[in-house]
Amino acid sequence: MDLSAINPILLIAAMIAASTPILLAAIGELVVERAGVLNLGVEGMMITGAVCGFIIAVNTGSPLVGFIAAALGGALLSFLFAFLTQVTLANQVASGLALTLFGLGLSALMGQSYVGIKPPQMVDTQMGFLSDIPIFGPIIFGHNIIIYLGLLIVAGTWATLKFTRAGLVLRAVGENHDAAHALGYKVKRIRTLAILFGGACAGLGGAYISLIRVPQWTEGMTAGVGWIALALVVFASWKPWRVLLGAYLFGGITQVQLNLQAAGVVFPVSSIGITIIIICVIIASWNLIFAKKKSRQYYFWLLFLSIAGVFFTIFFQGATVPFKVEYLAMSPYLMTIIVLVILSADKSRAPGSLGRAFHASQ
Amino acid sequence: MTSTLLELSNLTKVYPGVVANDAVCVSISFGEIHAILGENGAGKSTLVKMIYGLIKPDAGTMQMFGDEFAPSDPRTARAAGVGMVFQHFSLFNALTVAENIALGMENPPPMRTLTTRIREVSKSYGLPLSPDRIVGDLSAGEQQRVEIIRCLLQEPKLLIMDEPTSVLTPQEVKILFKTLRKISAEGTAILYISHKLEEIRSLCSAATILRRGKVVGTCVPKITSARDMAELMVGDKLAIPKGNTSPTGTVILSVTSLSVRSSSPFGMELKDITFEVRAGEVLGIGGVAGNGQDELLAVLSGELMCRSSMVNFKNVDVTKLGPEARRQIGILAAPEERLGHASVPGMSLTENAMLTGATREKLSNRGILNWHKTRAFAERIIKDFDVRTPGPENAARSLSGGNLQKFVIGREVLQKPEVLVVNQPTWGVDAAAAADIRQALLDLTASGSALVVISQDLDELMEISDNFAALNEGRLSTPVATQGLDVEKIGLMLGGAHSTEMANV
Repeated sequence: MDLSAINPILLIAAMIAASTPILLAAIGELVVERAGVLNLGVEGMMITGAVCGFIIAVNTGSPLVGFIAAALGGALLSFLFAFLTQVTLANQVASGLALTLFGLGLSALMGQSYVGIKPPQMVDTQMGFLSDIPIFGPIIFGHNIIIYLGLLIVAGTWATLKFTRAGLVLRAVGENHDAAHALGYKVKRIRTLAILFGGACAGLGGAYISLIRVPQWTEGMTAGVGWIALALVVFASWKPWRVLLGAYLFGGITQVQLNLQAAGVVFPVSSIGITIIIICVIIASWNLIFAKKKSRQYYFWLLFLSIAGVFFTIFFQGATVPFKVEYLAMSPYLMTIIVLVILSADKSRAPGSLGRAFHASQ
Repeated sequence: MTSTLLELSNLTKVYPGVVANDAVCVSISFGEIHAILGENGAGKSTLVKMIYGLIKPDAGTMQMFGDEFAPSDPRTARAAGVGMVFQHFSLFNALTVAENIALGMENPPPMRTLTTRIREVSKSYGLPLSPDRIVGDLSAGEQQRVEIIRCLLQEPKLLIMDEPTSVLTPQEVKILFKTLRKISAEGTAILYISHKLEEIRSLCSAATILRRGKVVGTCVPKITSARDMAELMVGDKLAIPKGNTSPTGTVILSVTSLSVRSSSPFGMELKDITFEVRAGEVLGIGGVAGNGQDELLAVLSGELMCRSSMVNFKNVDVTKLGPEARRQIGILAAPEERLGHASVPGMSLTENAMLTGATREKLSNRGILNWHKTRAFAERIIKDFDVRTPGPENAARSLSGGNLQKFVIGREVLQKPEVLVVNQPTWGVDAAAAADIRQALLDLTASGSALVVISQDLDELMEISDNFAALNEGRLSTPVATQGLDVEKIGLMLGGAHSTEMANV
């Protein structure tokens, strides 16, 4: 086991950075879906944002201008979606899928002459002495501005949805567009604005990949991040902070498993037993504190499992198997889904009008 | 109570083929609870929709506070001090009570202020309601409170309640009435739409009775008996019943001590219903909607299961047969709800003809559908019943209510049922078409079928039925021969028989 090759502080900082593209795309899609629109074109908007940002950044020499162009590019593509679904009342699922395919093709065409070029580097924000604080300094401060922007958007989305009239109207439109229309709210206008916001966020997320994370342009370089963002919104029960948690979890575990792969870490078999014991203890204490009905049989099984865990641990003490790359690669998906599914066990559900076309005459 | 809040003079609204409101004059004083009473289709809803600005009158004027009042849309009406609670709520299920109320206000105060005000209002009017709860988790009664409070926060001068008790439990009705009395005591007038006589007697201080769009009388409900009001509502000159000789055929359908709970939480429980229908007989079942009509039809058609031996067909117990099996042996039904129950709105007439006709008309063979034959069947219905539609390939939804009704009734009649149960066969159908439908039903009995006609139109029942029974609170009165029945007796059967003790509640 050679864990020493991994610097935990740099690892956490890298985890935050790795999560940002998913976070940006997911929070944008969250707003869109809360307004009752299902836009499956996130991947297409991301890659379009990635190529727009890349081209403008290379030509102007300024990554910031690149990011602005990426947001505009993503929004422009989503405007096409808004037109199709809100004006011509096309099916949202089909339009979204078409948007992804269109975005992938369009970006490949636009980026043809930019393959292999290095974009201008984004300078990390200077926070002076703050960055020098041990441990916290590198983790919290000294990131580039887009990461903070992503966090700001999450906080802003949460606050807007929860505390402002605009957010309330947006949720009302997503929940029951007929009732909202009857009360005099402009359903189509609100939805179009939400779609544009979602497109801009996806564009920013895409540009983060092409300008900072990789940084270079290759065809199809978003590699499914948009789809993950879509799934994340659902598993996060359409709640902004859960999207943040999910994105960090996913990005974080991706980063950890990459590090583990690089370090060639082996897996101690006995840790399975220890995990079982820990889970049993957690469940037992949870029940002791919160559960109303306390069944004796239940505790018997927990005890049985714990004892089995102890024997397992002792038996396999010291035994190790090398991590399989496949399992490592699958771990971010698994962990994120498990955690968010557990969290979404509450009553939260999809917006009532999600994916339904609205026409004033109906 | 002397000053007038709202004065309606000669309000008229004409729809193609029907005069919904014919020179209606109503005067409402400050703080009174004024009932608009009438059967279904009497024009109650049209009248209040004009006051709320949802539809424009063709003629006549309204005056509020002595000034001209002609709202062009609900917003203007709200600004003038009119609030309305609809029969079907327009609420956002996933949002909280406070958020729902805020969305319905023009200039809502900040959430915290609003929450406090909701608490205040709900407390002072005895409508327990927590502002933080999610609307989707609330009962129908609580959802109605949300709408009432939404109205009250705008401080209306006139509150319109459209059939507010139709979705409420008796306990919730009690709470609602208490609230309404309090609101009226504070000077807000309430316009209360209903056809439930007992409610109006216990709540309202004045009543205007509508029949076929006309004001046929006014009364003070507290000192008028339910019977008198029913007479006014029904009309004192019922059509002369045709001199049917009472049928002497064999008993085809018999129902014995039928008691069954409704499948819907707001449905009416059927209690100890007994009747029998002979070949060639029409049994008319009258009564105000919501007294068990839907449940009775569901039990007879096989949708609602009851205990064995309660329903017998030709002395054979059919309680365990489902709708399709009952169609096979000849028990057919045409439910009241045209779109969604009697027909699938999005499907073509041909497809709808297939849905109930498949078994008896042999439109399918071992699961393979014979569309050619079905289309011919649909065309036969369209021709025989004069359904106005370009062709059987049109969706059921595209037909007008009356035309669809003709199709739905025709589809069952043409299958030559041995027993046909219909609920509201001519509801929303113009006079000529209604006469056609009735004639078709009578022709069916002439060929030996037994008919159960459930209707709220007493004239219709007088015209076609041989025996008459009234459904009230899930109980059925003993069927009596229609011949020789007069309005007084019917009034007693409808609301009277069981309501004498209820009147003192």
